[in-house]
Amino acid sequence: MLRYTIRRLLTMIPTLIAISVIVFVIIQLPPGDYLESHIATMQAQGENVDQKKIAFLREQYGLDQPMWKQYLTWAAGFVQGDLGYSFEYDLPVTEVVGDRMFLTILISVVTIVFTWLIAFPIGIYSATHQYSWGDYGLTFIGFIGLATPNFLLALVMLYLANVYFGTSIGGLMDSQFIDQPWSTAKLLSVLEHLWIPVVVIGTSGTAAMIRRLRANLLDELEKQYVTTGRAKGLPPGKLLRKYPLRMALNFFVADIGNLLPGIISGAEVVAVVLSLPTTGPLLIASLQSQDMYLAGSFLMFLAILTVIGMLISDLLLAMLDPRIRLQGAPAK
Amino acid sequence: MSEPLLSVRDLRLVFRMATGEIEALHGVDFDIDPGSTVALVGESGSGKSVTAQAIMGILPGNARITSGQLIFNDPASGARTDIASLPAESPELQAIRGARISIIFQEPMVSLSPLHTVGDQVSEALFLHHAVSRAQGMEQTEAMLEMVGFPNPARALRTYPFELSGGLRQRAMIAMALVCRPSLLIADEPTTALDVTVQAQILNLIRDLQAELKMALLLITHDLGVVANMAQTVVVMYHGRIVERGAAAELFSEPGHPYLRALFKAVPRFGMERSERLVPVRAIEHELGEHFQTPASATAHGEALLDVRHLCKSFTIRGTGLFGRNESTEVKAVDDVSFAIQRGECLGLVGESGCGKTTVSKILMRALSPDSGSVEYHDQGEALDLLSLDDEAMMAMRCKMQLIFQDPFSSLSPRMTVFDIVREPLVIHQRGDTASQRELVQELMRLVGLDPRFLSRYPHSFSGGQRQRISIARALALQPQLLICDEPVSALDVSIQAQVLNLLKDLKSELGLTYLFISHNLAVIDYIADRVAVMHRGRLVEIASRDQLFSRAAHPYTRSLLQAVPHPDLARPLDFAAITASGGSDPDQWPAAFQLDAGSSAEWLDLGQGHRVRARANANPGEIVQ
Repeated sequence: MLRYTIRRLLTMIPTLIAISVIVFVIIQLPPGDYLESHIATMQAQGENVDQKKIAFLREQYGLDQPMWKQYLTWAAGFVQGDLGYSFEYDLPVTEVVGDRMFLTILISVVTIVFTWLIAFPIGIYSATHQYSWGDYGLTFIGFIGLATPNFLLALVMLYLANVYFGTSIGGLMDSQFIDQPWSTAKLLSVLEHLWIPVVVIGTSGTAAMIRRLRANLLDELEKQYVTTGRAKGLPPGKLLRKYPLRMALNFFVADIGNLLPGIISGAEVVAVVLSLPTTGPLLIASLQSQDMYLAGSFLMFLAILTVIGMLISDLLLAMLDPRIRLQGAPAK
Repeated sequence: MSEPLLSVRDLRLVFRMATGEIEALHGVDFDIDPGSTVALVGESGSGKSVTAQAIMGILPGNARITSGQLIFNDPASGARTDIASLPAESPELQAIRGARISIIFQEPMVSLSPLHTVGDQVSEALFLHHAVSRAQGMEQTEAMLEMVGFPNPARALRTYPFELSGGLRQRAMIAMALVCRPSLLIADEPTTALDVTVQAQILNLIRDLQAELKMALLLITHDLGVVANMAQTVVVMYHGRIVERGAAAELFSEPGHPYLRALFKAVPRFGMERSERLVPVRAIEHELGEHFQTPASATAHGEALLDVRHLCKSFTIRGTGLFGRNESTEVKAVDDVSFAIQRGECLGLVGESGCGKTTVSKILMRALSPDSGSVEYHDQGEALDLLSLDDEAMMAMRCKMQLIFQDPFSSLSPRMTVFDIVREPLVIHQRGDTASQRELVQELMRLVGLDPRFLSRYPHSFSGGQRQRISIARALALQPQLLICDEPVSALDVSIQAQVLNLLKDLKSELGLTYLFISHNLAVIDYIADRVAVMHRGRLVEIASRDQLFSRAAHPYTRSLLQAVPHPDLARPLDFAAITASGGSDPDQWPAAFQLDAGSSAEWLDLGQGHRVRARANANPGEIVQ
């Protein structure tokens, strides 16, 4: 197991390097750079731009250097924790991102837990009571959840929260706590606001997961080994937990890797609608203005999260399923 | 012995379907006495397995017992329970299930959970039904595993089912069923999925354990050979009814019901006369159309059609998983295999599963390329090297060689109509226009005894035997010369098997076809083949005409195969001692003359009349012919 973990960790390195190259190239793909689009904006507003200053800035930020050199500078800085400099905000990226990264991760994790807590019991109920009224009802609600666009749900929830719970519209905390140091009151405020984005972001994922869990469990329930268990005299609840559920867990775990990036990218549009202080709106803005270091850092964070999610699910799978642990794939 | 252990009385059972309720059992009656063996015989769909499930209380959700009784008299407690009156999940029934009555299934792989160790699964029933400590329980489990013949029971506790061979898995399954020492064991086709030598071992094991644990056995099977060797009482089921019931000796000597009589005539036996035909339970008629006429040269024997020389193919099996050693082992799936098929003959290829039979057929079809060796096809005096043909020549070659697969369910696309399936080869090879293709397809249907009106249906509406005939029609569409039949009847019921075998036999003589017939069933090979090649772990060990092989088999492996076949004849019981004595499939147990040193390729020893056996080069013939 240890060897496998180490090997798995080592293979992450080339993966991340490849991703970083791709991220960098994609950011650089549109013609020009931040300064050029900045100049264009300024000129459009009728302001004069000092060409000397531009040239100075360009040299300062290394924008006049070839792309591979720029990449190396960025990558080297990234490894040392220096995420570069945001042109737009005139601040180091670390400072711009700051709390937002933490809040993004918080929302994502809570959403995943929410998804599982809701999807798991409903999925099991639906599968074990196939074609019952309960199954049909839950399936119906699930499809509504699946079909409703996130941003629409966000608007509806905002309205409802404001009218019935008196929670102020948008944001992740009451306005007096913004930019304040963390305190118990601030944390409570965050928790009070948190459920809206979590429900909004989590709904479609939950609905999808219920469907998949139901389908997987139904397949497993048909299998011969379940009959064997029944023939041993196992009571139904114990039988369900020990055999088919254990088997259906596999896909659940395998899903972790997909869940993280899905939730984070799905959350971005919602974050704009709800004006959440997460990374989503920032990323979109930075991509629009070609704020390359800021955008690059974001995308790298997403990639790292995905790779880590995959690692976790692979390790869990290997722990859960002896076939993965013990059976080698036969070569052709 | 006043009371039977289990008496089934007027058991009726319905299945709830979309179209309404369908009665599957129409009043089933039989008794099982303590310690006795009852065989429940019938074809698939006759209600055998449903009866077993009803006894266990493990019916599928859409089945319901409508009337009748299942009285179980437990000899240990003296309690009398009517299983049919109890709900499936009632505590009383759960206490009986797995503890007093247990069951083993046909497919040991899918019947065991791949995620739990053998020890965990075997001991589970013990912990569930008996108040034993963990240590005691594991000890008893280990003892049980030893009893069913695990070579290293302590290690077996920790292994997973997928790490075991089919035979060992079925042993684990038996251990699981017996760990609580039940008074009734239900064995639902316990050996159908196993090789013939393994089958003999498992049957022997069940018999020994039955005597030791003094339990009754309800054996569900369609194999009359197994019945003859195991059962005292036989109950014959047909379409959800018991049609005949009695002592095995009576039923075997004087089968009363027409179905049982028909069944006896449908089973291939050793030593049948060449002219004797199997009589299928439901015979089919087929007719030759104008496109399919007996060619004049059909009977021209003696000329080799296919010449296979020194075929070798190895597979590399990499690593033992993600954790640990990354050694790769090379397995020789096909090791220096040479044979020739004469025009118009049927060569049978026999061997246990995994011996490389199918790999050979895949190489012949060029689905796999061999590491070395050659395959020559002789067509009108012209020798074609099959392995070096380019794509265009191979395309033309495909019209001359066709394949029939084992599984009639997965080998036909469920999304195509029968017409499209049978026509597809004609479309691929651009034979004729749509009208002429339709005409030919209709003729093909009549050729395999199917009604051309079925052409617009989809495969799911056909039975296994009918599907297999559709496969044959598809294979014949291009009017090939050579058919490779890879276990074409092993997925079929005995009654259907005779139908398909007769059809293949007739088509061979009528159309002058040549067959390579792969099977693990020696009785089937005996019925259809002219010559037989025996394969063992990638090598041919013996090749002879059918008569010679079945009367004077020389190789110990061939002998053990022959001895392990259960005969549907009470006078010829399996001789378990002889099977073990002849060494079976383990080369280390063979007599010295047949043991081959690693690396040395053995000599073919000619015993005359084309009977050849693989043995040591310096072995003297006296050692070999015993």
